[in-house]
Amino acid sequence: MLEIKDLRASVEGKEILKGINLTVNAGEVHAIMGPNGSGKSTLSAVLTGNPAFTVTGGSVVFNGKDLLALSPEDRAHEGLFLSFQYPVEIPGVSMVNFMRAAINEKRKYFGEEPLSAADFLKLMREKRSIVQLDNKLASRAVNEGFSGGEKKRNEIFQMAMLEPKLSILDETDSGLDIDALRIVAHGVNTLKTANNASIVITHYQRLLDYIKPDFVHVLYKGRIVMSAGPELALELEEKGYDWIKEMHPEL
Amino acid sequence: MNNNNKDEKTLTPQQPDSEQILQSAAQEEYKYGFVTDVDTHVIPKGLNEDVVRLISRLKGEPEWLLEFRLKAYRYWLTLKMPTWGHVTLPEIDYQAISYYAAPKKKEDAPKEIDPEVKKTFDKLGIPLEEQMRLSGMAVDAVMDSVSVRTTYREKLAELGVIFCSISEAVKDYPDLVKKYLGSVVPYTDNFFAALNSAVFSDGSFVYIPKGVRCPMELSTYFRINAAETGQFERTLIVADDDAYVSYLEGCTAPMRDENQLHAAIVEIVVEDRAEVKYSTVQNWYPGDKDGRGGIYNLVTKRGLCRGDHSKLSWTQVETGSAITWKYPSCVLRGDYSTGEFYSVALTRNRQEADTGTKMIHLGKHTSSTIVSKGISAGHSQNSYRGMVKIAPKAVNSRNYTQCDSLLLTPTSGAHTFPVIEVGNDSSVVEHEATTSKINEDQIFYCNQRGISTEDAVGLIVNGYAKEVMSKLPMEFAVEAQKLLSISLEGSVG
Repeated sequence: MLEIKDLRASVEGKEILKGINLTVNAGEVHAIMGPNGSGKSTLSAVLTGNPAFTVTGGSVVFNGKDLLALSPEDRAHEGLFLSFQYPVEIPGVSMVNFMRAAINEKRKYFGEEPLSAADFLKLMREKRSIVQLDNKLASRAVNEGFSGGEKKRNEIFQMAMLEPKLSILDETDSGLDIDALRIVAHGVNTLKTANNASIVITHYQRLLDYIKPDFVHVLYKGRIVMSAGPELALELEEKGYDWIKEMHPEL
Repeated sequence: MNNNNKDEKTLTPQQPDSEQILQSAAQEEYKYGFVTDVDTHVIPKGLNEDVVRLISRLKGEPEWLLEFRLKAYRYWLTLKMPTWGHVTLPEIDYQAISYYAAPKKKEDAPKEIDPEVKKTFDKLGIPLEEQMRLSGMAVDAVMDSVSVRTTYREKLAELGVIFCSISEAVKDYPDLVKKYLGSVVPYTDNFFAALNSAVFSDGSFVYIPKGVRCPMELSTYFRINAAETGQFERTLIVADDDAYVSYLEGCTAPMRDENQLHAAIVEIVVEDRAEVKYSTVQNWYPGDKDGRGGIYNLVTKRGLCRGDHSKLSWTQVETGSAITWKYPSCVLRGDYSTGEFYSVALTRNRQEADTGTKMIHLGKHTSSTIVSKGISAGHSQNSYRGMVKIAPKAVNSRNYTQCDSLLLTPTSGAHTFPVIEVGNDSSVVEHEATTSKINEDQIFYCNQRGISTEDAVGLIVNGYAKEVMSKLPMEFAVEAQKLLSISLEGSVG
């Protein structure tokens, strides 16, 4: 589904990603862990086409398409979704209008008619229940005045609405209490199928107790320095990142 | 298209960045810029007492109105054009304008509307046919200097509601017109008010009798068609005790390289416990992207809340005109009277707007609310100017003002000029102001959800303006939202 080869990227002239290689297949969950500043969030930003970052080398193929040649919105239409670490507030724009625009733009991209108001509201109701997002939140402005937990639930709600092929969850666990974490993880697990995949970016093992990864990668100084099964997450939890750093004095 | 740093090998996709889209917001062609080929009677250019007399004669006016015009004209001669606005209004040659233009009527059927004129309003989406039911909207359609048709006039008359052109009102209801004309905006008020009072052509007259709630929205649609003419609209609305009316105003004009003048006066009188809602969607031709052409929209709009517990609410969505200079205002004379002003002003390219309101509190326990949302794009200048004045006798009064500016481009300007005078210490005045830029993070968030940058900007701006848009009557709100989005569309690529 996703094949990243020697991906390099910089921000304001400073190279952050220094040659990332990663393959994600349908049905898989990949966790990307690593110390602060290792480039985890940059990777999600570059994959989704955030204009603040400049790709300086490498390639990314997503379902046979050259991902880096697509605009951010077309990447979204092709099925790439990012659950933001810091979801943005858009005052005055109701979640209903926002999601309706998002859904209908995607349908337009595939040459489909816009969803009728009735069908759309039905879809909203159905998907809301997955993350227990109440009706009041769904009718408020996008993320405006939402608590940290509500914002993250709202991200997973949008993921449920858009049914992406590949979801990147960027530090979705940060700022969540244990109840909210459970709800969010339950949402993600409910949406998992054999045809989609996720990349879970996290600092801590905690989230991975709820969302079971098939692979765990350690990102350090812009490179993936270690990849293994889920047991690696437990090892990192126990030992911290220092031993990884010691293994790579050259970086 | 996007050009990254040349020295760097770049794999960033070729797409216009949001900056460029905002920079170019927007080159969308003005939809209403067509000209109607209709036989029009235009009087020779120039302004003098004879021209004032000619206009009065063409309209078949009584002597008292000619006197009113002449007094205004003579007063106007003593005035100089004001220059205090934050707009670059050039010297206007008042002798180069024709002050009266009317589509000619067929001699054999003087009551019938010219098919070309009808087509024009069809094209603008303004219905000149009446439906069976007394619901929706009644329209007074004004082209250049004359009202070409007023719908539902007879049906509304059954309720005692008078809705007609002001020219007809002068003939049919002289006492009412005489009583109220100039009572809120005297001809001595300002330069353009004096000019308008001397040469005003058509506009609407509305009278809602005591205790009547007008069952439909009343609206006037102003269309400028003839070249090298000015339009001098005059509208007068009176809501008697316990009456209610919602009135809408829309405007468009052809695309021309010359500027055209629209200098209007709107007067509103609200009696005891009556309420008037006045909504404007102003979409005069704004000029081209280099600032060539466009309407000078120089307007005096004022309402008098004369009665106790009366209420006047102005809502305006301003997207058109090369220059907009106006302050729809409320004089709150009645005790417990309420004034409201909700405004969205969008300027782009080289447009300039200096708009806001005056809330003059004279009665006790009066209250006013001002919500102004300015949006500046391109190289435009957008100013909010407002006055809140609470007289010493207006005890226990209050005002709340919120004045926000959104900058879409670094080359545009947003300015605020608030004046607050409070004459007693039992009143409360609050003023909040913000200036913000459109946020790249918001745009990227929308992009990531599959929403293009253009649509994202439309969505964000509409969200920003929502508080005001929600005050518009339903039919208008949808149109106004579209108008805001269309006005922001840039040429991509």
